[in-house]
Parts: sequence; C-alpha cells; structure tokens
Amino acid sequence: MPRRTMIEAIRDAMDVSMERDDKVVVFGEDVGFFGGVFRVTHGLQAKYGKSRCFDAPINESGIVGSAIGMAAYGLKPCVEIQFADYMYPAYDQLTQEAARLRYRSNGDFTCPIVVRMPTGGGIFGGQTHSQSPEALFTHVSGLKTVVPSNPHDAKGLLIAAIEDPDPVIFLEPKRLYNGPFDGHHDRPVTPWSKHELGEVADGHYTVPLGKAAIRRAGSAVTVLAYGTMVYVAQAAAEETGIDAEVIDLRTLLPLDLDTIVASVKKTGRCVVVHEATLTSGFGAELSALVQENCFYHLEAPVARVAGWDTPYPHAQEWEYFPGPARVGRALIETMEA
Amino acid sequence: MADAGMLRFHVPEPEVRPGGTPDFSNVTIAEAGSVPRPDIDVDPRTIRDMAFSIIRVLNRNGEAVGPWAGLLSSEELLEGLRNMMTLRTFDARMQMAQRQGKTSFYMQHLGEEAVSCAFRKALAPGDMNFPTYRQAGLLIADGYPMVTMMNQIYSNEADPLKGRQLPIMYSSKEHGFFSISGNLATQYIQAVGWAMASAISNDSRIAAAWIGDGSTAESDFHSALVFASTYKAPVVLNVVNNQWAISTFQGIARGGSGTFAARGLGFGIPSLRVDGNDYLAVHAVAKWAATRARENLGPTLVEYVTYRAGAHSSSDDPSAYRPKTESDAWPLGDPVMRLKNHLIKLGVWSDERHAQAEAEILDTVIAAQKEAESHGTLHAGGKPSTREMFEGVFAEMPPHLRRQRQRAGV
Repeated sequence: MPRRTMIEAIRDAMDVSMERDDKVVVFGEDVGFFGGVFRVTHGLQAKYGKSRCFDAPINESGIVGSAIGMAAYGLKPCVEIQFADYMYPAYDQLTQEAARLRYRSNGDFTCPIVVRMPTGGGIFGGQTHSQSPEALFTHVSGLKTVVPSNPHDAKGLLIAAIEDPDPVIFLEPKRLYNGPFDGHHDRPVTPWSKHELGEVADGHYTVPLGKAAIRRAGSAVTVLAYGTMVYVAQAAAEETGIDAEVIDLRTLLPLDLDTIVASVKKTGRCVVVHEATLTSGFGAELSALVQENCFYHLEAPVARVAGWDTPYPHAQEWEYFPGPARVGRALIETMEA
Repeated sequence: MADAGMLRFHVPEPEVRPGGTPDFSNVTIAEAGSVPRPDIDVDPRTIRDMAFSIIRVLNRNGEAVGPWAGLLSSEELLEGLRNMMTLRTFDARMQMAQRQGKTSFYMQHLGEEAVSCAFRKALAPGDMNFPTYRQAGLLIADGYPMVTMMNQIYSNEADPLKGRQLPIMYSSKEHGFFSISGNLATQYIQAVGWAMASAISNDSRIAAAWIGDGSTAESDFHSALVFASTYKAPVVLNVVNNQWAISTFQGIARGGSGTFAARGLGFGIPSLRVDGNDYLAVHAVAKWAATRARENLGPTLVEYVTYRAGAHSSSDDPSAYRPKTESDAWPLGDPVMRLKNHLIKLGVWSDERHAQAEAEILDTVIAAQKEAESHGTLHAGGKPSTREMFEGVFAEMPPHLRRQRQRAGV
C-alpha cells in the first residue's frame, strides 16, 4: 500500500472527492494556482480547472459565507482557512449561519460544507500560528468537529466529512503534516513513510465520523487524546512504563462516548490531554462526561493535561506545549492517587 | 507649520430630533425621467454619476416619464398595487396581533412596500433572494400563502419552521426566499456564494442580495462586494436605504457625503440609485440589474432610497429619536399612493375601486388570519411538538442529542 504524508493524504481525499462528485469545489487563500501554503491543494487547480479549485480574497468571513451560499445552492464546498488562528473573522458565519441553517429552515436549506484549518503548536508558530480552537466549535450546536492524527485517518475522515450532509470543521494538526511527533523536539522527526499509519490506500474509502480509535491498548489508565497529543501520550506511556490505554478521539463532536466509557470502566482511571488551553477547553467536557458515566468505576480524579491558560508563546514553546514529561507526570499521579 | 489646535471628535447627527420640524431640504431629488438608461453592457466607468443621482419614473402628476418607463402593462401595475396593499394590510393585522399577545414580535414594511414587491417581478423562476427581515413583499408578490406566513409568525402547529424561529424569519426555497437569520449582513455574502455556485454550475439562475442602510457597516457587506467583483458573480446587490437603523440615522453608517450606491464604485461594480417609493422605477432598475447578471455581465449594486415610515419593530418607539411627522415630510411620498395615482391617471383605476380593493384585501387577510389562528397562536392552541426542538440540528440525530431528548421526556 502506498505511503503518504498527511499533506498528501488530505490532498488525495480532495482529489478523490472532486473526481467522484463535480459538486465538490475547493477554495481559500493561496489554494488555487500555488496549491496552498502547506501544499495541501497542490495540483488540484491544474487537474480540475479554476471553476473547481480557486484562490480567494483574504477574507475568512467571505470564504465561509460564500461557501454557505454555494452549499445552499447545492454544491459541496471544501474550503481552507490558512491557519485556525485566523478563523475568528468567519466565526459569525460558522456558528450563526452554517451551524444553524438546517435547524432554522427546518431542512429547507442545508449546509454541507467542510472548513479545513491547520491547527496546533509545536512549530514555533507563536500566538497566531499555533492555536487549538476546537472548544469554540464543539460548543456550537450544529457543527461537527474532526481532528485526524495520521494520514490514513486524515484521508478517510476528510472524504467522510465532504460526504456528510452537515457542516464539518476539519482541524489538521500541522505539526503532524510531515511525520508523527511525540513532543521530543530534541530528536529527529521520523517521516510518515516509516509509520504504518502512513499507509494510505488509493481511491475512495472513509473513516466514519464519530468513531474513536484505540492506539495503544492498556489496562491501568485511559488517556483521551486527539491530534498531536496521541503520540505524546503513547510516548509518555512507554517512558513511564504505565500500561495506559490511549484513545484517539478523531471526532470530538459527535463524540464516541461508548468507546471512552468502556475503556474507563475497565481501567478505572482517566487522563485527558490536549494542546488547547485548560479552562473551558474540550477536556472539561471529556472530564465531566467520564465523571458522569463512570463515577462508580473511578479510582482516582480525572486529570487534565493541557496548554496553560495563556496565549501561545514563542520562546517558551516547549514549556507551554504539553510534552511527554508533563503527560507522564499526570499518568504517575493518577496511578498513585 | 501653524498650530492646528486641539483635535475635535466628530459624531454625525440627523438634521432634526423629536420636537423639531422635519426637514429633508438636504435630500437632492432628481426630476422623474431625467436619469438616462444605459445599455446593460455599459462600461461601469462611464456611469459613475448614477451612483449619486436618483432614477425616477413617476412624476408629481402621476405620469410615467423618461427612459426607464414603459416596461409594465396596466395589468402588471394593478397586480403590483394589489401586492403592496396586501403587504400593508398584512403588516397592520400582524402588528395588531402582536399587540394582542398572539405573537411575541413583528416588523412592518410601511413605506417600503414597492421595493420588495416590484423587485420580485424582475426575477425569473429559480432565482434566489437572500432577504433581510424587511422584504416579505418578495413572498407576497410571488404568491406565497399568507396563512403559512402567519403560521410562522404564530409559531403554531402548522408553522413550517416548527416553532424554532423568531416571527417573520421565513424560509422558502420553493419561492426563492432564503432562510432569514437574525445576524445582520451575513446573507449578503451568502448570496454572492450562491451566485458563484450558479456560474460554476453553468446554470442560468441569478441571486439577489438584500441589506439595509445600517447593516452596510457590517464587514460582510465588504466581503460580498469583494467576492462579487472578483468573480463577476451573477448577483444583484440591493441596499434598502430607509434612512434609519433602529434609532440611528443613515449618516452613522454612511459617513461623509457619499451615497450607499457609491460604495460599489470602488469595486468596479456598476451602481445605481433609485427612488424606492416608485414601483415602476424599482422594477425597471431591478430588471436592468437582473438582466446584466443573467447575461454574465456581473454584479450590480442598487440603492433604493426610501423611508421607514413605521417603527423599527413592535419593540420600538420612533418618537423617542425622530419627529413624529417626519414620514409625512418625506419627499418621495408613499409608494401605494403614487402607484394608485398613476393608475388613476392611466384611467384603469379609481378612488372607488381602490376603496373596494382595500376592503376586499382586508377580508382576505382576515380570513387567512382566522385560518392561521385555528392552528394556534404563540400562547394558545396548537403548537409544534417539543420533539421538534431536538430535530434538524443535524441530518441524523447524534447520540448526545438523543440522550438529551430522552432526558427532556419527549
């Protein structure tokens, strides 16, 4: 099976979707001729023409707003916001329009759009190239929020998202674009070609939205993670020797609560990990759900490891980013509690 | 350099406030028939002055004059009059229903009836409007059932939107009327996207975007103009300048001495200004702009100069911020009266027939109201199922919503 980077896998997902359905259109800033600042849309304009893949003005609200209009017409736009940090001008369109259109019109109009946005830190991106705003989407009724962690999932989830009848926020951890990353910034990064999840089948396949994956089976503690933190959690388990079960949530909303609850009932302990800031982050929702659904099975408080409640700094990258040492400490503390 | 002294902060004010005498002497009104009618493939650079004038057809004597006249038959004009009268009567009844507690909220179109009623007649089947909350004439003029509109206003068991939406936030794909949102200006860029999609699909349908004077200050107005201009989208960009955004006079949104139409010029978009109380002028300009869009000549911006004669909404009292008699002084008059006078001048209408039509329309609206009220009003009679509250958030109900619905006991 061919190996692909996450960039190539996401591009392949759009290629496959555009080939199968001429209603799929791709646009965003620098997405057309140039092929995207991360090369994710490279070659699509040449292959499908400017009507299917094109450059947009620097106007996030315009990109999402026009995509909503296109979706109301009957197209299936898959648009790009260059960095998740720049989605805020489009927040009105995403949360008040895309998310609500089916509900407020009782299905008279629908909004099958995908909004791709590179997310996450660990790249010395500073304050506006590192943010993880997923909690701002999971709090919105009517949006689905997806965060892949590897090329295989990225392709299957993106095709599923494009085919989904409702708006999907597709957050791509840019730290994982070229290879998995476990937080050990002092070690060379291995490319996806060396990783089994870099195997990406040709053609059409989907990874269903709303289904988590167990990345490391374990019996001592459940770790709930997504995106880059999946690899950090796996590294922390190996380095502490704690037999953690690492769950890659893949879709934050709708959430695969069954997989989470089954695991925590088995382990009796739970650590929630994300890059985003702690307070009111998605981890708070996860922690509350575990507590509500597994209270009588819990042997320790649910722990959360997250970014600090500060803007994402530049020089202090590795003091901010929740690396394997911090996650490992939480695993040990949870085992000792 | 000389000492310029202290800077002073400028906040525009309307000419007159409550207690003052209404004064529109600053409003320059072009003579009916005086503005030329360019070819639809005109070079936008050659008609820039049209963004600063006002296209008018009906003169003071009720005659249709000039190059924009002559597009509509007497029958079409009589239908237009009836549609405007119906909207006005509908408004009055629903405003009263709100006062009677049968619904929570209403917004009237008083004085602006010509804009949406005449515009609708310039569109073809399949075209899509992206209206604000003050274009119900698009529905009335397209024959959308009044009973259904009222069912939505009453949030009753027959409400097509299942009680989820605030009154008057209608939606009808079938009638080319996009779902109304409470968030201002969002639909303006969505209309451009719809038009882009039509062009991408090599379709023949066009879109119409709608916005009020106040909401042009929202950033989505700018987004829409950029996208429409960049992609030459087949869209008519309508700005209804009714002089007021709730309590805020249009100078706050517009600034300086420009016009709203003039905003289009910076984007290379042909931009026209039209008498919004002149049914014939509105229709003629709408037709011109729609034809341009349909012939792939790109977007047109149209500013309708009109006056919001009524309160902003059923929750508003305009006497707190403008003179009570200001609408009487409005130099462009009343759209219903002006079309009525024109039809009398044409010899196809009379005061007697008008009074008779008023009575007939009132009967029709009251009958529709009775039927709607048989399905319930906001606090009485039939209402949408509580289960409907959980439906339609997504195409398929996800597990967490199913759990919540069960917890709610429905």
